[in-house]
Amino acid sequence: MEDILQIGDKRLTNRLFVGTGKFPDKAVIKDVLEQSGAEVVTVALRRVDQDSQDENILNYIPESCVLMPNTSGARNADEAVRIARLAQASGCGNWIKIEVISDNKYLLPDNSETLKATGILAKEGFVVMPYMSPDLYYAKKMVDAGAASIMPLGAPIGSNRGIKTRELVRILINEIEVPVVVDAGLGKPSEAAECMEMGCDAVLVNTAIATAKNPVLMAQAFSEAVKAGRMAFLAGTPTVQSEANASSPLTGFLRDDK
Amino acid sequence: MKVKINGQEEQLPENMTIAEMVHHKGLTPEAVVIEHNENICPREHWSETTLSADDMIEIVSFVGGG
Repeated sequence: MEDILQIGDKRLTNRLFVGTGKFPDKAVIKDVLEQSGAEVVTVALRRVDQDSQDENILNYIPESCVLMPNTSGARNADEAVRIARLAQASGCGNWIKIEVISDNKYLLPDNSETLKATGILAKEGFVVMPYMSPDLYYAKKMVDAGAASIMPLGAPIGSNRGIKTRELVRILINEIEVPVVVDAGLGKPSEAAECMEMGCDAVLVNTAIATAKNPVLMAQAFSEAVKAGRMAFLAGTPTVQSEANASSPLTGFLRDDK
Repeated sequence: MKVKINGQEEQLPENMTIAEMVHHKGLTPEAVVIEHNENICPREHWSETTLSADDMIEIVSFVGGG
């Protein structure tokens, strides 16, 4: 039986979501997405630079991918809602990653403003994916407000520190019914695997892929790691012990014991 | 007439429609979204929406982001 992640009306088979920022060359994005098999892709929305006519990033994103625009740049709920409506007007779907940040040092999301935006946009029919700081109260409120998932950070954006928030994310996995997608801070495939082993439903990776020496290979590595971690979770990881528990029989030794 | 586009003042011919402005700027219609005086103007209404002096226009598109 296939292991499907259902979000909104999309049935996803690949649990690696990929961001498209920081790539030295947009053309690499196409290979990254095709070779990794990622099905959910984030983009940002910005004013068109009329002086340099950049090629449309959508040309590098396979049609089969689910586009998840983010509201990056928004410092409060109103700005996030404005960006979300503009993104939807592009005709590329109704998924939106709510990203509301006014802290420029750690780029931590503002849970309060994110919650406000979640409520407004969910009522307008968006598939709302809130990027948030792992807090059980806010996660529950976001779900009640109509969030399709919650996306707690693993570590600050672009920091490659791994899942520093693991204890709080574990609580969310235990208590929250919608999919939990760790987003931000994962720097290595092993860290993505750890998220999946814990029971995360998916992970979003951008910097670690885009800034790798070989982004396509790194994206494939992340995709395999996500699959391995998910398989381990489904297989049931054994309990952790402090003392040893022998793997080979304790009888029939080739000696005479007293 | 003077309008503001993406925060910058620009001169455009009188009675220009949004559709004409997009074409005039060499933009790909499918690749941009337009906000006209703080309201989103859907693509299907571009040719019937005429710009006026002091209008505020935002022309946005998707870019790489995480």
